Amino acid sequence: MSTTTLQSATKRAAEALDVAGLRRQFPILGRAARDRPLVYLDNAATSQKPQAVIDALLRFYTEDCSNIHRGAHLLGQRASEAYDAARVRVQRFLGAGSDSEIIFVRGTTEAINLVAQAFGTRHLEPGQEIIISTLEHHANIVPWQMLCQRRGTRLRIVPVDETGQLVMDAYERLLGPRTGLVAVTHASNALGTVTPLREIIALAHRQGVPVLVDGAQAVPHRRVDVSQLDCDFYAFSGHKVFGPTGIGVLYAKRRWLEAMPPYQGGGGMISSVRFQGTTYADPPHKFEAGTPHIAGAIALGAAIDFLDQYSGRAIEEYEQQLLEYATQSLASVPGLRIIGTAPDKVPILSFVLQGIHPHDVGTILDRYGIATRTGHHCAQPLMERFGVPATTRASLAMYNTHHEIDALIDALHKVNEVFR
Amino acid sequence: MTTDLRDLYQQVILDHQRSPRNFHGLPDADRVSTGYNPLCGDRVTVYVRFEGQRLAEASFQGTGCAICMASASMMTEQIQGRPVDEVEDLFHRFQDLVTAGDLLSADLGRLGKLAVFAGVRQFPMRVKCATLPWHTLRAAVCDQRAEVSTE
Ligand SMILES: Cc1ncc(COP(=O)(O)O)c(C=O)c1O
Repeated sequence: MSTTTLQSATKRAAEALDVAGLRRQFPILGRAARDRPLVYLDNAATSQKPQAVIDALLRFYTEDCSNIHRGAHLLGQRASEAYDAARVRVQRFLGAGSDSEIIFVRGTTEAINLVAQAFGTRHLEPGQEIIISTLEHHANIVPWQMLCQRRGTRLRIVPVDETGQLVMDAYERLLGPRTGLVAVTHASNALGTVTPLREIIALAHRQGVPVLVDGAQAVPHRRVDVSQLDCDFYAFSGHKVFGPTGIGVLYAKRRWLEAMPPYQGGGGMISSVRFQGTTYADPPHKFEAGTPHIAGAIALGAAIDFLDQYSGRAIEEYEQQLLEYATQSLASVPGLRIIGTAPDKVPILSFVLQGIHPHDVGTILDRYGIATRTGHHCAQPLMERFGVPATTRASLAMYNTHHEIDALIDALHKVNEVFR
Repeated sequence: MTTDLRDLYQQVILDHQRSPRNFHGLPDADRVSTGYNPLCGDRVTVYVRFEGQRLAEASFQGTGCAICMASASMMTEQIQGRPVDEVEDLFHRFQDLVTAGDLLSADLGRLGKLAVFAGVRQFPMRVKCATLPWHTLRAAVCDQRAEVSTE
């Protein structure tokens, strides 16, 4: 498609989603960076927050602040109700069967650590194998390495092809009687690749192997239904879906939550404590020791409400248009190579410029008000696979526009000028 | 281009980045040290050979951004033939150059060509790129064999 055709297609999709109206909900997007309009293309690191989320945080602390499930007073009742309602909100958002399958955690990292601890210690035996992939974020590598050291389990790695997609034949060969768990990303934070989850899960289940999904980069872009996916665990971070930092979600099938031992011990996760022994509360409370991030959970609920005002299809169509427009525009920059060209991607573009280090690219882009991320993106094995120490990454959200892509391209030409 | 960018990416710096000097190993090196910045992946190995109390030869290898590569290249040029005990002094002067507020012109003079790195001060996130080679050199001269890291 020609650039102008693409541009008008992108415009149409933007109107269908009302991107202009959407942008006005995010106060930070109207601000300047280095005396230029902020162009925020670092959404995979964290997304910006709509006013509704900021208001929810403020409201909790100004009107309802209390601990939950204990004080016999009005504020305690309000805070508890709002916290419980947020859990139900997340349950519906993910299509989970019951709100007891939703555990509030700090983020994706803690969710995966929880499973590695609680599931790994109880359900994996020495000599068993955990299958992950080359695409994984360090958060879905290191907890398993730590578990392997403790339990004598082994890691097996599904390779990726030149486009950055998983090699499914290799995955099938890795699956076997020794496999105890598959832990795989839904979408790669470094390349954008969306993995064929249904197939991955079906193949694992055929062998009776449970599957954990790292959904950190999928949830901001795709409507996820854990019941349809039939995954055993699904993890995501609130701050990447327009919610606050410090709150995230682990979905787990009820039977695992019942079978797994607690992750941490403390208040809120017990049914009774005696020095002779303690009995644990039922899930989800069994896995939420201590005072949780109450305001964060409530504001995550607000983020989901915000997201639900928009049609998931309109978001996806617009983002795909934007991705295509960005992909084509980047191709016009001399010496630029995109890393990660799988057909199915979330709008993340990782690239290298011939002879110019990503760190220099990032600094120059920043001087033009454009926020990107440079480095290994917490995916060093993946960078190694593609033979680059680092890339520059532009990660888009539903509020980005084709004008912002144009600004990125202009600034990249400036980068080339500096190093000409 | 904005002026602060022009200050950072001076022609001298770009020239050293394009064709780094002393960019090789040193088979008869007395000391070798490697420095690593885990945040951006820059990695520099510095080789030094002594003659008595002098740094007879210095070279480097590695990968990194323009600032890091040019800094390493110009550093090896500047320290070649200097008394070993001047290294510590230069290290601190360079550190001041890329971080601190006021610099005396006398100090700038002592830094010679290295003064082109003054532009780094406007880019706090790039200070470590410029100083990684110097940390690595210092480790080599002090014979700290362990890998140095900026973190
Ligand atoms: C794919 C993926 N997994 C896990 C994480 C870790 O998320 P958090 O830092 O919010 O725990 C990230 C965030 O960078 C990610 O992109």
